[in-house]
Amino acid sequence: MTGAPVLALRGVSKRFGAVQALTDVHLEVHAGEVVALVGDNGAGKSTLVKTIAGVHPIDEGVIEWEGKAVNINRPQDAQQLGVATVYQDLALCDNLDVVGNLFLGRELKRFGTLDEVAMEKRARELLDTLSIRIPSVRIPIAGLSGGQRQVVAIARALVGDPKIVILDEPTAALGVEQTAQVLDLVERLRQRGLGVILISHNMADVKAVADTVAVLRLGRNNGSFEVATTSHEEIISAITGATDNAVTRRQARIAEEAK
Amino acid sequence: MTTDPTTTTPVETAPPAIDPRLLVRKEGLAGYFDEFTRKIRSGELGSLPVVVGLIIIAAIFQFKTGTFLNANNLTNITKWIAGPGLIAVGVVFVLLLGEIDLSLGSVAGATAAITSVLSVRQGLNEWLAILLAIVSAIAIGALHGYFFAKIGVPAFVVTLAGMLAWNGLQMLVLGELGTVNNPMDGVVANLDTYFLGDGDILWAWLFAIVTIVLFAGGQLLDSRRRSSAGLPARPVSEIALRTGVIGVVVLVAAYMLNQDSGLPLPLVILVGVVALGDFVLRRTGYGRQIFAVGGGIEAARRAGINVAWVRISVYMISAGLAGFGGLFIASQQGSADKALGSGNVLMSAIAAAVIGGTSLFGGRGKTWSALLGALVIQSITTGLDMVHAQQAIQYMITGAVLLAAVVLDSVSRRTQKSHGRG
Repeated sequence: MTGAPVLALRGVSKRFGAVQALTDVHLEVHAGEVVALVGDNGAGKSTLVKTIAGVHPIDEGVIEWEGKAVNINRPQDAQQLGVATVYQDLALCDNLDVVGNLFLGRELKRFGTLDEVAMEKRARELLDTLSIRIPSVRIPIAGLSGGQRQVVAIARALVGDPKIVILDEPTAALGVEQTAQVLDLVERLRQRGLGVILISHNMADVKAVADTVAVLRLGRNNGSFEVATTSHEEIISAITGATDNAVTRRQARIAEEAK
Repeated sequence: MTTDPTTTTPVETAPPAIDPRLLVRKEGLAGYFDEFTRKIRSGELGSLPVVVGLIIIAAIFQFKTGTFLNANNLTNITKWIAGPGLIAVGVVFVLLLGEIDLSLGSVAGATAAITSVLSVRQGLNEWLAILLAIVSAIAIGALHGYFFAKIGVPAFVVTLAGMLAWNGLQMLVLGELGTVNNPMDGVVANLDTYFLGDGDILWAWLFAIVTIVLFAGGQLLDSRRRSSAGLPARPVSEIALRTGVIGVVVLVAAYMLNQDSGLPLPLVILVGVVALGDFVLRRTGYGRQIFAVGGGIEAARRAGINVAWVRISVYMISAGLAGFGGLFIASQQGSADKALGSGNVLMSAIAAAVIGGTSLFGGRGKTWSALLGALVIQSITTGLDMVHAQQAIQYMITGAVLLAAVVLDSVSRRTQKSHGRG
């Protein structure tokens, strides 16, 4: 990756009372790059994402946006910079239709009233450019499948024209085909020149779409890898912190038994 | 990748094949009826049950009494629904949040009491008295909303406390003298008895025609904007059909009202408030926020919606409308007394909203359901009065209708879920 990163975290630390959640963490995201953020439960992935999204202000360190140091203290700050976050629980309103959800909180107005025509038109364009297929933009979210909801939630993040999209475990609850659709969507985000931070526990997904993998372990950086040149095992050993771990032991045992 | 750039771009000229799962509607009336039957099957009943119910009720009482559909009786019904109907509009707003407001009867009573005591006993200008009373009602609603939204007390409990407290306030304001009669020819007294243009038939026709023109014009404009934006639009045949149905209803209503005394003021105000409420809910950002909070609080909060303010303001709206409705009840009974707003006023209003098709579970409903539901309840009450049924029977029948409406709501919710439209 060449050029200055869109978003860079330099030496970021975050403390909750006695718990040091993040220590001296570095992370860079370039335009058109998919960065997978991996780590065990409690490694600090969610905390890191929340500091970028403005939910938790950082204690130490610097967040740089397009090369300039910025303060992100509130979710609105992050949104104004161009960070869009899709949380795991999606946060869609079941009773509103797809258009209503896409534009919730930033409705297009005409003479002070909702401009349904313009919103529907833009919603269709957005969904078309992302090749998202849903039965109708006018049916309530409750009528969509889990995968469709996930793509609507991601599309919703794009309405504000962000530069960085954070996806928190977008494929966690999805079937095979829906997972593939979401991964396709992630690739389309990259083609559009967006930086994507993808949190995932699923190594297959990470290998499939990510350009770089940033590993967190116990709140610290534990390596950053080029996906193309890194093996599955290397990433796992970075996650677990050792070459001797439950995963390698299991593989060794299976190999042993196979003989 | 060094070939001619045009060949590297993916070919996207072929129109995307239509996914067989997509809901594609046929053009024209056939498509309209297809969609209609599909909606009914999947449980999107809308106002169909209540309209059918109204027709059945009217038919039964007309058969029993022979005078139920007389112009005079219908005029009375349209006048009497104003009070409960206005309260029911407030109930619709609260139900959309998925909450309840049990204090509305007491707020209606307290507002009527404050108005008449200020104007009659304190000699204040009646308009000013009404203004002060309605402002008090809105302040009461703000207080409920504050305890609910900011302190986190369940709305059920806050408004239950309010039901007792504001009934107490009503008694306190009225004092030992109790009942205050409406001043002759005063504003409050006229609310119920005034007919537009003193009964000039022009007004009813004018309102009917303006309604039809506005409806058809709005639909045609919307349809034109949609088709020019390349979106699926309602075909003209469908708009004509809808306008035809609305037109027949409005013109028949105008004709019947003119057979008696003309267009009653209470009906105009109720329909006006319902239409305004509908506009706010469906066409403004604020209305969208109410639906969002009713559909998912966390989603609403993350979208930057001030959930606490939406909740507080909705309780202000419901209390304000209840106060307004209280004035109509006072006007109808000729006085403000300690019993105004007690008894089944609150329950009728909630029942009206639910019977009209607003969901008890939040996030689904229209203000028009308040009007339709109030019509159903008032028709039953009036009809049973005409056949001299005991009040006990009236309560039991109204209760059964309410239960039927809630059962319908629950069942249609389940059907919608199983058809993927919950």
